[in-house]
Amino acid sequence: MMIEAIQETENYISNFAGFEKSRASNDPAWLNELRRSALDSFLRLGFPTTHDEEWRFTSVAPITKVPFKLAADGKDPSSAELMSFTFGTWPGIQLVFVNGRYSVTLSSNPTQPNGVFVGSLAEALEKQADRVQPHLARYASGSEEPFAALNTAFVSDGAFIYLPKGCVVDEPIHLLFLSCGERSEPRVCHPRTLVLAEANSQVRILESYARLGEGVSFTNAVTELVAEENAFVDHYKLQRESLEAFHVGTVQAQLGRSANVSTQTISLGGSLVRNNVNAVLGGEGGEAALNGFYLVNGRQHVDNHTSIDHAKPHCNSHELYKGILDGQARGVFNGRIVVRPDAQKTDSKQTNKNLILSEEALVNTNPQLEIYADDVKCTHGATIGQLDADAIFYLRSRGIDLESARHLLTYAFAGDFIHRLRIDPLRVALETSLFARLAEDQEER
Amino acid sequence: MLEIKNLHAGISGKNILQGINLKVNAGEVHAIMGPNGSGKSTLSQVLAGRETYQVTEGEILYQGQDLLEMAPEERAREGIFMAFQYPVEIPGVNNTYFLKAALNAVRKHRGEPEFDAMDFLKLVRAKLKLMEMDESLINRSVNEGFSGGEKKRNEIFHMAVLDPKLAILDETDSGLDIDALKTVAKGVNTLRSPERAMIVITHYQRLLNYIVPDFVHVLSGGKIVKSGGKELALDLEAKGYAWLEEAVSAAR
Repeated sequence: MMIEAIQETENYISNFAGFEKSRASNDPAWLNELRRSALDSFLRLGFPTTHDEEWRFTSVAPITKVPFKLAADGKDPSSAELMSFTFGTWPGIQLVFVNGRYSVTLSSNPTQPNGVFVGSLAEALEKQADRVQPHLARYASGSEEPFAALNTAFVSDGAFIYLPKGCVVDEPIHLLFLSCGERSEPRVCHPRTLVLAEANSQVRILESYARLGEGVSFTNAVTELVAEENAFVDHYKLQRESLEAFHVGTVQAQLGRSANVSTQTISLGGSLVRNNVNAVLGGEGGEAALNGFYLVNGRQHVDNHTSIDHAKPHCNSHELYKGILDGQARGVFNGRIVVRPDAQKTDSKQTNKNLILSEEALVNTNPQLEIYADDVKCTHGATIGQLDADAIFYLRSRGIDLESARHLLTYAFAGDFIHRLRIDPLRVALETSLFARLAEDQEER
Repeated sequence: MLEIKNLHAGISGKNILQGINLKVNAGEVHAIMGPNGSGKSTLSQVLAGRETYQVTEGEILYQGQDLLEMAPEERAREGIFMAFQYPVEIPGVNNTYFLKAALNAVRKHRGEPEFDAMDFLKLVRAKLKLMEMDESLINRSVNEGFSGGEKKRNEIFHMAVLDPKLAILDETDSGLDIDALKTVAKGVNTLRSPERAMIVITHYQRLLNYIVPDFVHVLSGGKIVKSGGKELALDLEAKGYAWLEEAVSAAR
């Protein structure tokens, strides 16, 4: 067992050796040190097994047994190939990353007024290191989590979004992360996003992950969202990679006083997906909303692990995760909420609703509440159910056939989540694609 | 239009209907009254095609066809409409979208052209006006957050849009105050026509003051024990179900 584990990490050690060699002389000492330390954490922790509490229902063996090589710098895809991923014409800034590397030619990035920076992390590391260094990997270093550690070990490019005090970016920002590569060469990439929203600033961000090309791929992503006093960050992560893709991601939100962060994780693709979404309410009066939607069929496996740390009093948190499971798919939801001893007047609500459409689909849902303060409101609930037979009969009694009735009701379940998305092109695109996909799945039944 | 012959039906092994015979022709309004447990719900659910109920004997002919062989959606497409006693709330399914899908399914079945969204909205607006109902119904989810009265009104609105040949109103008056009752009855009366038949199932006579029936049947112990004209309902109101049951056993 031990030997196998070592062999799995061996692959990444050799990836790192090559990576370090190509970069060390160009990069500042602090960055090299950050990477080394992260690699040490990764080797100390090793890949998780199902004996680890946090990974009880999700085995990463399918990922660890493939010797993924770091994604190579290749040719950019054409604009035509991009079209299915850009929601028509995106109304705001759109940055495109190919295997984690920023592509100037494919991105649309007009200069922003008032000192707002939206661009390549690599560029920011070079030109505004003083701004990046205090925050990069400060919140998600991976000292406790091996995949985040691995991402930090290989950090080189991704997105950096900086909003100075009081700045509001009206149009939503789209960060499109494309993993490109061929079946013969399984590749891994480690995209990194850092958002620094200073006091009173406001922004909406969509991160979307997609795949061009056939064969397995591994995206290991980390996003850190820092919302300082009274800042508003509305964040969306859409994962719609191919059915052979592996995706592990961490979204780490750090909230200051009266800050407001909402993050939506939508998982549609992938063969094995693990989303870690964590929020730390580090200042009084903060508000965190962690929402998610997953649609799984065939043999897909999606694991959503969330954690909300009420570290200060008078904070609110709200979670709604909805899943539709079909075929032989597997879903996991684990919602951890910690309310520290001084976090009085905490108001926290967690809900996980699952719709099971087949006999073999399975979901494990687990609330994990650790409450150490006494003047708090914490509610949680989970449902696992099938389509309402009375509702189906009602629709049929009006002339709608059984299949269409099931489709309508399934879409209604998803629609409840989708209709609330606050980025119009995203919402409209999902409403359409979901409606069509559910109709297809229904026909195959 | 509808012929029920010696219908025996039940649920979970319990026999509830013990031999129902009923003939309903176009243009007629038949009221079916009965105390609790008499089989009123069972009758309406069997007519609608609820699979949890089993028919153990007898047959039902609708326009000469075997109704029991028809799936619920087929029955609707052939022109049968049921206004439910407890309409289900379906959050996330838009009232208008769902009705358009239903109407188009019926029209397709009849070989008529389907409505597009715009034409359908025109139709909906016209029917709402006819029923003296509010346009806010258009954008709401089916029955979500509706009061009892609103749900019953929504049922009648569906009926107006779907234009059925045979309408079965299952205890449409239960849970309604007098004002709501009058509004619902008004809507139903607007839909009375020589081509349409209605079966009004009710526990209380009061509804029948507003939806005046041509025939009244009394259901008791799973059988129709007496049939008559609208005066029968008034007799029942005055004397109660017990009177009728005594009279029936005395006659035996």
